[in-house]
Amino acid sequence: MEKKQSLGRVFTAGFLRENPVLRLVLGTCPTLAVTTAVFNGLGMGIAATFVLICSNMVISALRKVIPSSVRLPCFIVVIASFVTLVHMLIRAYVPALNAALGVYLPLITVNCIILGRAEMFASKNGVLASALDGLGMGIGFTIVLVLFSGIRELLGAGTLLGFAILPASIAPMSIMILPPGGFFVFGVLMALAIFIETKMGKKPSKDAACGACPSAEMCPAKGVGE
Amino acid sequence: MEDRKLIVSPSPHILSKHSTTRNIMLMVVIALLPTLAAAAIIFGWEVLLLTGVTVAACVGFETLYCVIMKKKVPVGDFSAVVTGLILAFNLPPSFPLWMAVIGAFVAIVIVKQLFGGIGFNFANPALVGRIVLQLSFTGRMITYIYPQSWSGVDALATATPMYALHNGPLPLMDLLLGTHAGVLGETCALTLIIGGAFLIATKVISPVIPLTYVGGVFAFKFLLGLAGGAAASASALSALSSILAGGLLLGAFFMATDYTTSPYTRSGKFVYGLLLAIVTTAIREWAGMVEGVSYALLLCNLLVPYINELSRQRPMGVGRGKRKGAA
Repeated sequence: MEKKQSLGRVFTAGFLRENPVLRLVLGTCPTLAVTTAVFNGLGMGIAATFVLICSNMVISALRKVIPSSVRLPCFIVVIASFVTLVHMLIRAYVPALNAALGVYLPLITVNCIILGRAEMFASKNGVLASALDGLGMGIGFTIVLVLFSGIRELLGAGTLLGFAILPASIAPMSIMILPPGGFFVFGVLMALAIFIETKMGKKPSKDAACGACPSAEMCPAKGVGE
Repeated sequence: MEDRKLIVSPSPHILSKHSTTRNIMLMVVIALLPTLAAAAIIFGWEVLLLTGVTVAACVGFETLYCVIMKKKVPVGDFSAVVTGLILAFNLPPSFPLWMAVIGAFVAIVIVKQLFGGIGFNFANPALVGRIVLQLSFTGRMITYIYPQSWSGVDALATATPMYALHNGPLPLMDLLLGTHAGVLGETCALTLIIGGAFLIATKVISPVIPLTYVGGVFAFKFLLGLAGGAAASASALSALSSILAGGLLLGAFFMATDYTTSPYTRSGKFVYGLLLAIVTTAIREWAGMVEGVSYALLLCNLLVPYINELSRQRPMGVGRGKRKGAA
């Protein structure tokens, strides 16, 4: 059992300190795949937030009932139900978003952020705290997706939410909406998150530094920033 | 510590009193100048403007980044100048200047400084700058304008020799002198060889990587020609064109030999050169692209830490496998 945190701290954890994408490095697949346009990023963020809050609350409420040996299938059943709900709602009311997100919408079921929070938080904490955790993490996820897709759409297509921003004489950098551009933005945003945290006077956790890197053993820059 | 003069620094390592990073980079600049002059003669003075802009942008971004991040400004070591020159050599003439500045930004800020500055870049900065531009502005990057002033036409958009190579061997003299379309620094094989020979003669670069790389491409192309049923002389001719055309010489002498992104040991360098030759030939022969030097370099740059690890020299008397006695 982790020690109890205040509800405010639980809520704000997802913004930066434990941001699901930039600090916990969860949900990278949808992050890289759907962030070619702000509309898609925002839609994905809101859909995932809704599922996250609902599944966190239900799993937290059932945490004493679910036997720990079969907890993962139980979590998945709960999450899948909410994803089905969201999928049906979006298909009915925002068919454009459904078409844009394609397979990534039903794949929210296996989004590591949602399963990760169920396992790490909701199964150990009360309903209110879990709901706040889901909301905070969801907002953190959505902020990153919007930022991510904003950068990629602006540089890669010259538009924001479909409106032309860059003049037509400036050719957009199509690499930004291709996979390599996604990884560039990912790396830069991740570095930025750690930079901001360091500036705020907090030491970034060891896992975020060289300790987590598979190439650390032979990296010439190992330990330079520590 | 100071009076013992023990300086721990990333490669390029200091070899003697006369070989500092600054001197090495100056040598590289000197070696690149003949090719720049050749490009100016072949493509016109705009080439000098483009080169000036990339060099200025590289130096500018490096200074700006280091000032903002409160790091020591390393412009005096000329490495940003070299990056700017090589980046310009990788762009077609009449390339829009603002796009070239983006390439310089990617090279210096993203690839070099964000990873820790000189000695820490994971790949050759100019190379990644080129590839990012290639993927971003594909149409612009493959528009080669060749001013054929002596044939009466003002300017001509033509195919590069790499495209033409599929239709048989080319006049070798044209390839040697560089009087054909292409990116700035790849066309004139003669000045590239002179520059490379100068660097080898002054021991700035080791001859192992360029020789295995160029020799490997020649050998593979020759063998492929023979396997395809061509006569030995025809295969040799087409293999010779394949090393003179395209970016191979520029890549082999000036980009593959980057200290940070090439292996330390001689055996490692040999493996690296051979690997480059294999990947380049494979891309040229069987992939959807006509030129494979830049992607081969990028791939092999990423493999360098592994090559270093595998080709590490063992102290005498220490058995294989366990490195207990090391360090």
